[in-house]
Formats: sequence, structure tokens, C-alpha cells
Amino acid sequence: MKKELTIFDKPENVKKVRIGLYVSCAILFICDLFIHKHGHFSWEEWIGFFSIYGFVCCVGLVLASNILRKLVKREEDYYD
Amino acid sequence: MIKTVPPAMIFILGAFLIPFLRGKVKSVYLLLLPVLGFINLINMPDGTHWVIDFLDFNLILVKVDRLSLVFGYIFHLIAFIAILYAIHVKNDIEYWSAFLYSGSALGVTFAGDLITLFCFWEMMTIGSVCLILARKTKRSYAAAFRYSLVHVAGGLFLLIGIIIYANNTGSIEFGYIGLNGLGTYLIFIGFGVNCAWPVIHAWLPDAYPEATIAGAVVLSAFTTKTAIYVLARAFPGTDILIWIGAIMAAFPIFYAIIENDLRRVLSYSLINQLGFMVVGIGIGTEMSLNGATAHAFTHILYKALLFMTMGSVLQMTGKINCTDLGGLYKTMPLTAVFCIIGAASISGFPLFSGFISKSMIITASARGHYSIVWFVLMFASACVFLYSGIRVPYFAFFGRDSGIRTKEPPLNMLIAMGIAAFLCILIGVYPDPLYNILPYPVVDFAPNTISHVITQLQLLFFSALAFTYLMASGIYPLQMRAINLDADWFYRKGAGAFMWLVNNPLSQLGNRMGRIFLDYIPQALAWFSRNPLAAGKIASDTILLYISKLSKGVDLDHREEVRKRINKEKEIYPGDIIKHWPIGSTVVGITIFLLVYLLIYFLPF
Repeated sequence: MKKELTIFDKPENVKKVRIGLYVSCAILFICDLFIHKHGHFSWEEWIGFFSIYGFVCCVGLVLASNILRKLVKREEDYYD
Repeated sequence: MIKTVPPAMIFILGAFLIPFLRGKVKSVYLLLLPVLGFINLINMPDGTHWVIDFLDFNLILVKVDRLSLVFGYIFHLIAFIAILYAIHVKNDIEYWSAFLYSGSALGVTFAGDLITLFCFWEMMTIGSVCLILARKTKRSYAAAFRYSLVHVAGGLFLLIGIIIYANNTGSIEFGYIGLNGLGTYLIFIGFGVNCAWPVIHAWLPDAYPEATIAGAVVLSAFTTKTAIYVLARAFPGTDILIWIGAIMAAFPIFYAIIENDLRRVLSYSLINQLGFMVVGIGIGTEMSLNGATAHAFTHILYKALLFMTMGSVLQMTGKINCTDLGGLYKTMPLTAVFCIIGAASISGFPLFSGFISKSMIITASARGHYSIVWFVLMFASACVFLYSGIRVPYFAFFGRDSGIRTKEPPLNMLIAMGIAAFLCILIGVYPDPLYNILPYPVVDFAPNTISHVITQLQLLFFSALAFTYLMASGIYPLQMRAINLDADWFYRKGAGAFMWLVNNPLSQLGNRMGRIFLDYIPQALAWFSRNPLAAGKIASDTILLYISKLSKGVDLDHREEVRKRINKEKEIYPGDIIKHWPIGSTVVGITIFLLVYLLIYFLPF
């Protein structure tokens, strides 16, 4: 039997991934201060626009989906 | 001498040899067909070939230009990859229908006239239905049936549209059509069914997850992308497409995030990606049409890759629901890597293929000052990472350990996924070869600028951050064993209601009508015509008796007497016909009949 990968069984590895994500987010956010963005719309040049928009969209999506699920969820054998 | 053959013919005619071959020869032959087709394609000069006289029309089997060539290339490429992925399958029907289906898609792509286009369009439906039926489960039979009904209906719209259009313009040439008159609207809707427009999209997430493992890979490439192709040729710059596309890009996301079946998640994300292309076609500038074409090209690759990885999971574990999977990276690391590459591509990570095509469409929408559409597309870009980029790999390969221990899929499947994954990265890193084959020259656009890369990374990383936040806070929807109602509810439940209506009230009404018109009325007429004179007398007496009941002053005894007489007459009916029916009155009858006939004939009504 081939040896299994267990890299994500260790909590410290998962933690590393999470910290990596936080650090990347922080760096990317700070980039806005130094890099001039060439946008077609004025709001594209606001600081942190894309970061905040991405975050808000995803949270909004999930909240809306929770409502949608209440409306459309049925048992698996609904059509059978 | 004929140098080239229609690309469709190589696939469709080639498919008929498949059942006669065995073993290695068959495998080689199957892989050789797309290669042969590709060699034929690159040797095909621009312009029209294979023009056939049919009735009063010129059928153009092959019309080559830059737009059809791009789709031709990618269709051959994906046919090769999909066949390699499926080469271990021992089911001739699956191969045959895959080649019939992809060949017909090529037929549509190179059709120079609407009649040829329609014929291949319908053959495509047949091939795809077979790919769903080949799964041989009860659910797949039902899904295939619904799929064929929807597509036959769409085909009828197209056919009626083509007839009206050809009648009005006198031309069956397939070029720019534009929305102008009933015929063109019907053609537009016919194309829209295959393009999975909102409300008429439900066939896609209904049928694709029920197809065979390789079948879903093939299906994901052709039907919808030929629809994109025909829209790009016939309806570029049609404003309404921008809005249709924006809705398509947004609404499937909400379903994808709560859906349990991972292949169904991919089906919803397929519609979402089509939305980008439809927006590109609707904007109609050179840049946006390039973007739509490029996105179709890259999308076929990464979507097929994602379907291949999920197919591998289904094949090796027999499961495809989020609730049953998790932790598969331990035993399927390569498949997991391929899935992540596909996920990165669909999410539009810089240096992956989706980025270099999707950003073209988004930039085109910004340059056209479509700000609302731009916001919708950015929303879709952020969310696609959440539900497709993270969710699919996370719940299949990581997340909670489901305890399933399996192994990597067969080598041919790994190689097929490897090729697709390699191409996803290659195109992302080095997009110029793709840009060079697009319909219009790519000018004034470079995807990999610092500003562009940083903004995209911000969008994606903060989506990932939202994911970790939502998971940690428990807001993220739980994975549940459930299905979600979609527009197919209307015809799945509607059909049941319709059948009830037909079986109960309508069929009872039908029976009653049948009895009245086939039994009672003929019997009464037959009875009447045995002796019309006597029958007329009985009838008039009965009516008079009935009327006398209503008026008071009539003697009861007299009435009883009359009733007895009528009953007696009924008993002896028809009685002695000759006695009551002399020749003279027959002649009078016939004369009256002829007179009435003459009056009806000559009177002006």
C-alpha cells in the first residue's frame, strides 16, 4: 500500500496555510498605496476597492444563498 | 482532386468503423480520428468548399474563416483529450455517440448555410442524448428524455425561424442575422436554448450530472460552445445579450453554492462562465468578441479538466456528493493537483488560462462604459472563486476526512487531465498563440500588467478570506443531502399535472363526447331513417305531450291516452314503411332537399 499523504492532518500545517492567506491579503491590500491602478471607472482607483468588493460579494452571496436554500431545498427523492 | 474533407465527415463517418475494431487497433483508431481531423483542418484554405445543390438552394458544407477556425481547433483538441480520458471504456455506444456528437458540432461550426446548420444542430442533440442514455441508470433515462424534449423544442424554434427568415430574405446563407422580424427572433431563441439562457437553462444542470463519466466531459464542451459560436456569428452586438449574459453570470452562483452533487456544481458554473461569453457577444466590439471567443477556448479546456477530475472521483469512489467526500488528496494527490489547476483557471488566477480571456471581456465592458454589467461580472469573478475555485477542490479533496481510501484513476485518465492542466497553465503564461488565432487582431490589450494582476489577486484573496471567515463563523451553508428546485420544476411537475388533467377530466370528457357522437347520434339517425314519417310523428307527438304538461287546461285522461298511443307506435316502429311512404311523397322530399341544396349553393353566405 502506498504511503498516504497526511500533510493537512497536522493542525500546524493548516495554521500555516491560514497565516499565509492573512499575510498575502495584508500585503495585497497595502499594494494599493504604492501602485497606481489604471481603471476605466473612477472607483477602481479607490484604495482597497477590489479587496473590499471581493469580500463583500462573497459574504453577500452566502447570505443570499442561505435564503435561497430555504425556498428551493427539497428531499433527494422529491422527483422520484 | 479534393484536398480536404468536411471536418464533420471524418468524425461522423469514422464513427461507423468503431464497432468493427478490437483491442489496441481500436484504441489507436479512436485517438487517430481527432488527429486526422486536425491535420485536415489546418490544411483547409479559407473560403467556402463543398457547395452542394439541393432543391433551389446552395448548401455550403464548409465555410472557413478565422472565427470558425478557432472553434474548430479547440473542438478537435478537446475531442482528443476526452477520447484519451475514456479510452479504457468498453462501450461502443459511448464512443460512437461521442464522435457523432462532436462531429455534428464541427458540422455546425463550419456550416455556411442555415439548412446545413440545422441538420447538424439536430444530429448534435441525438449524439448528446445517447451520451446521457449510456449511463444506463433510471435517472439518466429520465434526464435524457427531458433533455431531448427541451432540445427538440429548441430545434423547432430554430427550424420555424429559419423557414420564415429564408422566406423573407430569399437567402439561407449563415452570416450576420441580427434581431429583425419574427424569423430572426425565433432563430435567436433556438440558439438560446442550447446556450442555456436563464429560465431555459434547466436542462443543463439536470442532464449533465446524469451523463456517463466521460460523457459529461464531452457534453461540457460542445452544445453550449456551438451556441456561443452561432451567436457570435449571427447576433454580435445585440444589446439584449449583454443583459442575458449578465444574468447568466450571476444567478447560477447562488445555486452552485448550495448544491450537493459536485458535477451539478460544475454545471451551474458552466452557465456562469457562458454568461461572460454572452456579455462579450452582446457588447459586440472587436475586443469583446475576441474575449468571448478566447474565453470559449480556455473555458472548454478548464471546464473539461474539472469534469475529468470529478469524473475520476466518481469512478474511483462511486460518490460525487459533497456530503460523502473529503480528504481524497491523501490517496489521489495528482487528481487533486489537476483539480486545483482547473479551479485556478476558472477563477481567473493570473498565470492561468481563465485570467487572460475573462479579463478581456471585463475590460471590454469597462471600455464600453457598461458600469452595472461591470459590477455584475466582478461579482461573478469573485464568487466563482468561492464556489468553484475553493468549494469543489475543498470538499472533494480536503475538508473533513470522509474515510474513503482509494487510488489514482487509470493512467490514460491521468494523462488526459495532465494535458488539459498543462494547456491551462501554458495559455495563462503565454497567451500569444491563442491571441494570434482570434477573429480580430488583439491590439491595445495586455492581461499580465502589474495593475491588472494586483487587482485580480486582491479580489481573489479577499474572496478566500471571506471563505475562511464564513467557514469559521458557521454562516457558510452546510453540506446537505438535498436537491434544489430550479426552472425544470415547471416541466417536471407541470408534466405530471398535465398528465393528470389528460387522464382524468379530459379523457372523461373525451369518452363522453365519443359516446355522444359515435353511439347516440348515429343510433338516433339510424332509428329515424328507418321510417322518417312515423319517426317524425312520434317525435312531434312526444314534444306536444311534453308541452301540454306545462299548460294546465288539458284533460289528464286524454293525455294518458296519447301516451299509450305513442308507446304503441314505438313498439310497432318502423311498421309498414310502404304504406306510409308513397312514391309521391318521396319525390316531394327529394325535391325539397334539392331546393335547399340549391339555396345553400347560390345564396351569398
